[in-house]
Amino acid sequence: MALANARGARVELSGWGWKHAGRAAHALRGVDLVIEPGERVLLLGASGAGKSTLLHALAGLTGPDSAIGGDQEGLLRVDGEPASRGRGGVGLVAQDPEAQLVMARAGDDVAFGPENLGVARGEIWSRVERALAEVGFPYGLGHSTGALSGGEKQRLVIAGALAMRPRLLLLDEPTANLDPVGGALVRDLLARLLSESEATLVLVEHRVAEVMDLVDRVVVVEPGGGVIADGAPAKVFSEHGRALAEQGVWVPGEEPSPDLPSAPGGAPMLAAEGVTARPPFQLGVRAAAPRTVLEDVDLTVPAGAVTALTGPNGAGKSTLLTLLAGLTGPHRGRVVPRGALAEIDRRPLVRWPARRLARHVGTVFQHAEDQFVTTEVRDELRFAPLRAGLGETETESRVGELMERLRLTPLANVHPYTLSGGEKRRLSVATALSSGPLHAPDVLALDEPTFGQDTRTWTELVELLAELRAEGRAITVATHDGLLLSHLTDVRVRVAEGRAVAEEDE
Amino acid sequence: MSEAPRLTGLNPAAKLIAALGIGLGLVPAVDVVTGGIVLAAVLLCVPFSGVDRRTLLILAGPFMLMGLSSAAVNYLYGEQGLEGAIGVAVRLLAIALPGLLAAITSDPTDMADGLVQRLKVPERPAMGVLAALRLVPLLADQWRTITLARRARGLEAGYNPLNVVRLFFGRLFALLVRAIRIGTLLATAMDARAFGTGPRTHARISRWRVADTLLLVGTALLLAVAYTVSARLGTLVLLFS
Repeated sequence: MALANARGARVELSGWGWKHAGRAAHALRGVDLVIEPGERVLLLGASGAGKSTLLHALAGLTGPDSAIGGDQEGLLRVDGEPASRGRGGVGLVAQDPEAQLVMARAGDDVAFGPENLGVARGEIWSRVERALAEVGFPYGLGHSTGALSGGEKQRLVIAGALAMRPRLLLLDEPTANLDPVGGALVRDLLARLLSESEATLVLVEHRVAEVMDLVDRVVVVEPGGGVIADGAPAKVFSEHGRALAEQGVWVPGEEPSPDLPSAPGGAPMLAAEGVTARPPFQLGVRAAAPRTVLEDVDLTVPAGAVTALTGPNGAGKSTLLTLLAGLTGPHRGRVVPRGALAEIDRRPLVRWPARRLARHVGTVFQHAEDQFVTTEVRDELRFAPLRAGLGETETESRVGELMERLRLTPLANVHPYTLSGGEKRRLSVATALSSGPLHAPDVLALDEPTFGQDTRTWTELVELLAELRAEGRAITVATHDGLLLSHLTDVRVRVAEGRAVAEEDE
Repeated sequence: MSEAPRLTGLNPAAKLIAALGIGLGLVPAVDVVTGGIVLAAVLLCVPFSGVDRRTLLILAGPFMLMGLSSAAVNYLYGEQGLEGAIGVAVRLLAIALPGLLAAITSDPTDMADGLVQRLKVPERPAMGVLAALRLVPLLADQWRTITLARRARGLEAGYNPLNVVRLFFGRLFALLVRAIRIGTLLATAMDARAFGTGPRTHARISRWRVADTLLLVGTALLLAVAYTVSARLGTLVLLFS
């Protein structure tokens, strides 16, 4: 009864293809696929295989008047008609809840879809209340959408889709931007909703293991091609699991297990002493009393080891990381260099001039784009060595070496913003490494470096970090990637409720 | 309404019309008295605005600065002496204050509802602006991150003003790229929820009450009184006269 319309929608694609505006090659071509009403389909493929585009096309977002420009070919039918976003009956939930909430108040946001469909006012509010009850939204209609956690926001987005009475539910990595708690919350909700409804489901998800219970069919598409595997999950994974894993898909039982050099360990490089941090001034959120994110935290970061900061989103992992990297100053207390780093400059890190800081402490941001400052991959890597006063030949040899090591050589003259997600991540790591005196800075701080990466980039990153660790560098990672934690963590620090508590790695 | 009427309880559309009316109505009169009467009347409304004291105090600072600086500039460089300078400042404040009051006493959602349902503003721009407002805190966060990222890359302006300007525009560009990215995602999400596919219904009703009509009548009366008094006193100076 959850999704009011009794039957799910039937989806039919025949010879369907899509080419992004301005690209020479097709993202998908020759897709032949029939999804019967009520089927639960997991759509898989290497990154760049056009899976999101296929979802957008099913939602009717690729028409001539849409923001998504490109050429469509072949036939696409939802219940025997061309996909249309104006008819209702289709719900789309994408990755980032932040970019999907439209209104300032929770109830208004859920009402937005029904309003657009021209539903009568009285019925809108009964739909809104039912949708909010279905997703277990714990607050009232007037609750501010800005004051929700990531998982709560995504539940509200799902409520917004449910209020449109979807018979076809399209989910595009709905838990990718959430921490483990938020992700579990949304997956539990989806499992419950799907057990109560007959809606057809098409799901795109890289972390396959987490959604296996939600689907009964797996369809694999090939970049530039069509469907290459289709069937029950067990069958598809036993026949194609290895090949999919090699293309970067996270297949259950085929997770990468890199062979890594061990951690040499070493003396402390950084020390946080009695650090207290407050959140930065928030624009727009009213009546939020100043609270502390970190309260009197003491922590040392040793050389030749990986220190992992874990804990729920918003608990202060990233704040602690920017403090340790010397990018911001704490409200009280200080972050000071130790050992070899203290011989360069004894002052707290936040007082170091930026140029010196960049030479000795490299930072990799969660969104790689934030740290690009030039218009070409090569310039991005030349930037720091040239500023450090290196000669032209020395700079060139170092840039060449870094581009080889991170597979960026063919992309030397490309604009950083136009790279793919994995390429951007590799470049952002390369820029952090480029500034150091010995081909890498002494301390490396990374914020969710493996977030959203396929298995290939994941493995490369982990191997690179392990190499740097073996060279005796201090590495700090804020992450909730369980696999990263199990492969590459020497000290685990849990950041929650204002505290940072070191846990022994078992 | 049992308690005293507050500006926050009025329809945003009415407040907007009243503010526009005062603004346009004061354009022809350049003397101190006409503007002064209107400003005094509007200031009398402030205690009834329903805005908390903290917000008022925060906003009063820049507002007074605006008035003082325009008076100072006109006194120093203008041709009408002190009286002319005060006239300019009073007129400026009398035109700006009602708009400010209308803005801070209205919830953005109610404002959009009022604009669409009462003033028949097209849905697309009104809802678009409303959705964009939600992104403001997001972009403020972005700005902070971009600033940190520049330091991480070894970029810091130091005390060179030329560098300060250059780095500022570099950061601005990075923010613009992010804003476009988020804006496109949000537009896609709005499209996915059938936005702009046909006539919309409205979940909330933007009500027009007697108090809203009274506000408009009061505004017209206020302007009439201000002009009449000023003309009787012989102080009225019209633009281009």
